[in-house]
Amino acid sequence: MNQLDTIYLVETPEGIDLQAELAGPIVRSLAYAIDLTIRGFALGIISIVLAFAGNIGIGIILLISFILEWFYPVFFEIYNNGQTIGKKMMGLTVVNDDLTAINWGSSLIRNLLRFADFFPFAYLCGFISMILTNKFQRLGDLAAGSLVIYKQKTKINTALPKCQTHPSPFPLSFEDQIAIIAFTERHDQLSDERQQELADILGDVIQQKSRRIDYLRGIGSWLLGVK
Amino acid sequence: MKQQDFELKYNDLWGQLEDAIEQKETSGLNNFPFAYRRICHHLAIAKHRRYSTYLIERLNQLVLKCHHLLYKHNPRFNHQILSFLIRGFPRALHANKKFIWLATALFLLPGILMFTLCYLNSDMIYSVMGAESVRDFESMYDPENSAMGRERESDTDLLMFGYYIKHNIGISFQMFAGGMLYGLGAVFFLFYNGLLLGAAAGHMANIGLTDTFFPFVIGHGAFELTAIVLSGAAGLIIGFALIDPGPHSRIVALQHASHEAIKIIYGSTIMLLIAAFLEAFWSSSSELPNVIKYSVGAFFWVVVIGYCYFFGKGTVNES
Repeated sequence: MNQLDTIYLVETPEGIDLQAELAGPIVRSLAYAIDLTIRGFALGIISIVLAFAGNIGIGIILLISFILEWFYPVFFEIYNNGQTIGKKMMGLTVVNDDLTAINWGSSLIRNLLRFADFFPFAYLCGFISMILTNKFQRLGDLAAGSLVIYKQKTKINTALPKCQTHPSPFPLSFEDQIAIIAFTERHDQLSDERQQELADILGDVIQQKSRRIDYLRGIGSWLLGVK
Repeated sequence: MKQQDFELKYNDLWGQLEDAIEQKETSGLNNFPFAYRRICHHLAIAKHRRYSTYLIERLNQLVLKCHHLLYKHNPRFNHQILSFLIRGFPRALHANKKFIWLATALFLLPGILMFTLCYLNSDMIYSVMGAESVRDFESMYDPENSAMGRERESDTDLLMFGYYIKHNIGISFQMFAGGMLYGLGAVFFLFYNGLLLGAAAGHMANIGLTDTFFPFVIGHGAFELTAIVLSGAAGLIIGFALIDPGPHSRIVALQHASHEAIKIIYGSTIMLLIAAFLEAFWSSSSELPNVIKYSVGAFFWVVVIGYCYFFGKGTVNES
């Protein structure tokens, strides 16, 4: 099944599906732009300082620019959980395609192959490769077997609304239960007007308009098992 | 079981794990793999019972992080360098010898051709180099100079070291990456560098600067030229996997080939580091008599070729 989706599933040996959200070309370009700027500034500052050291200084500048050019991403991917500074700011991380942490070999492959991705200019090959593959992989990612995914922040469990709980007056289908539970849980994220609007769909069941939201929350809480 | 009861029952375990991962310290948990299997189970239950999204998301994140920790690839890269140099690298060379022979041919044949042409005809060099570069190049190896390679003071040694690293290892990486264009990039760089270096050497022999040019290049050449050929071979391995993936899909063949080719790149990078060091601090010295430079150079060649050829030979069947 080849759905057009940014959700990537991997079955682990424990028999469950791990789920990750793939990062597309735009957010990755932004992360790259941040990294490029940081590298440029770092090299600029080092150059200004070392320019006073004559030929030895220039030699060191050349060495540093070589290391920054090829190994800046490798270093961060290995020692910073797959995140360069730019990726961290954009909330991205590099992983192997089985969702394990990236290792030396794969990180080196994907970063040394940047040259092929860059070809003929401005990462054109890499960009085309990303939009043609269903996992947004550039050529280096394809060869290394790596992915760039979103590193989500754990969402905090929002407290349930305080209200009187009561069972539904009649049996609810599974889908209805899920909808009502979601309605209850998201009481913080939806505006009051929108909640009223949604509750009004059940106008035939709950006659009294002002009670509708509370009534639904009550059923939702009951379904979740609040006593 | 209702969701609230489920959460209440296992919240402590999840909290413990979340804290442990936050501090990257799982030794406090008495059995991390066991705890991991339990939360895998919880995630499966939560999905099956269609508990709410936030709970599934929380468990998924937790499992993902634990999975990262538990299935970590061996990070002890430092300890492996020695065994890589003694076994891994020569073995990788031996396993891919057809690509190495091909790369050698792609590099040497145009090199020998241009060497002969430039040796016989002093104008031939201008077919691959501009007049300006030829003049610079000739003056570098002028016997009047105090130091070969560049006119320089001792503090320029480090400058040149930086330059050689950036330039030569950059070329090596580009050859590797050039393999992604169905090997064409690697073929191009091999052929082009062969032409250029062959022409330069032929021209030097033609105008009679043999006593300064050849002692200069022989020492580090052993490492540098070999490493260039090996990097080209690494590119060819990738290119060949794309042209003829065999029983695998192209992507899988490419991934296997890349992990094989990167081993050769590790080795050739080390060789280029040695070459840059020699080129900057040894080859350029004008105080050493040529006979020493020639004999040390010959020694390096024997060592490098012997290492590449013989070290990997017996070990392939072991694995």
